[in-house]
Amino acid sequence: MPVEYIPRTRDLYSDFIPYRWVENDSAPLTALTKPISECRVAMISSGGIMYRDQPRFHHEDASYRRIPIGARPDELSVWHFGYPTADAERDANCVFPLDRMRELETAGVIGELADPAFSFMGGIYSARKVRDELAPQIVDELKRAHADAFFLVPA
Amino acid sequence: MTSALDITRSVKPPRAVFVNFPLGHQTGPPHQPELQRQIVRDAMRAFETINAPATIVELPYVWDANDRSWEEIDYTKGWMPSRPSHEAADALEAQRQQKFRK
Repeated sequence: MPVEYIPRTRDLYSDFIPYRWVENDSAPLTALTKPISECRVAMISSGGIMYRDQPRFHHEDASYRRIPIGARPDELSVWHFGYPTADAERDANCVFPLDRMRELETAGVIGELADPAFSFMGGIYSARKVRDELAPQIVDELKRAHADAFFLVPA
Repeated sequence: MTSALDITRSVKPPRAVFVNFPLGHQTGPPHQPELQRQIVRDAMRAFETINAPATIVELPYVWDANDRSWEEIDYTKGWMPSRPSHEAADALEAQRQQKFRK
């Protein structure tokens, strides 16, 4: 049975004001205009991934990091307070599948992986901060990159 | 990608691919490139196959066929290993900066 994370969040953070989940009535779906094998795909992970000497994330941090898609595994590190990061520290592909996306690009499954990829630390209490501060900056990045599709990986 | 079906049903992203793995492993366990690649390939395929808004495709992968106990403890009290202090995190950051700024 899939884990029910909404009640578990209530229990885990029972000392805090109950978290108000985003509830949307509908979803905007934009169909691809070409096969994914011809698309430039951008990737973002909320797993708190950092590249080389980029500053680490902090609590309530709505900033993001640009990660060159040529980054080697030993150039990536992780900071996140909300999930056990040990496995992601051993292999960032658990939550930031950069190597896998590059392989799928080589195999022709996707047309191209947009450079850079992105990461932020998804443990942000304020949904407003994400919607009004973080998301618009990412949208600008995607427009500049002429991305056709956007792949979001949570942690 | 998602591993939290109830949250994703509430938020309703345009399209989603669900894998029933513990948090921190949405695209697979560490150092299992073939399984990771399969999951990510399935996610890429969903860009083409999902036609209705807010559809969630459920992938068949099983974290551990012999032990489902992770489902009982994931994201419950006591489940998070103790975290390094802020001081320790800052020290790690300083090490990283020294290493890469050479």
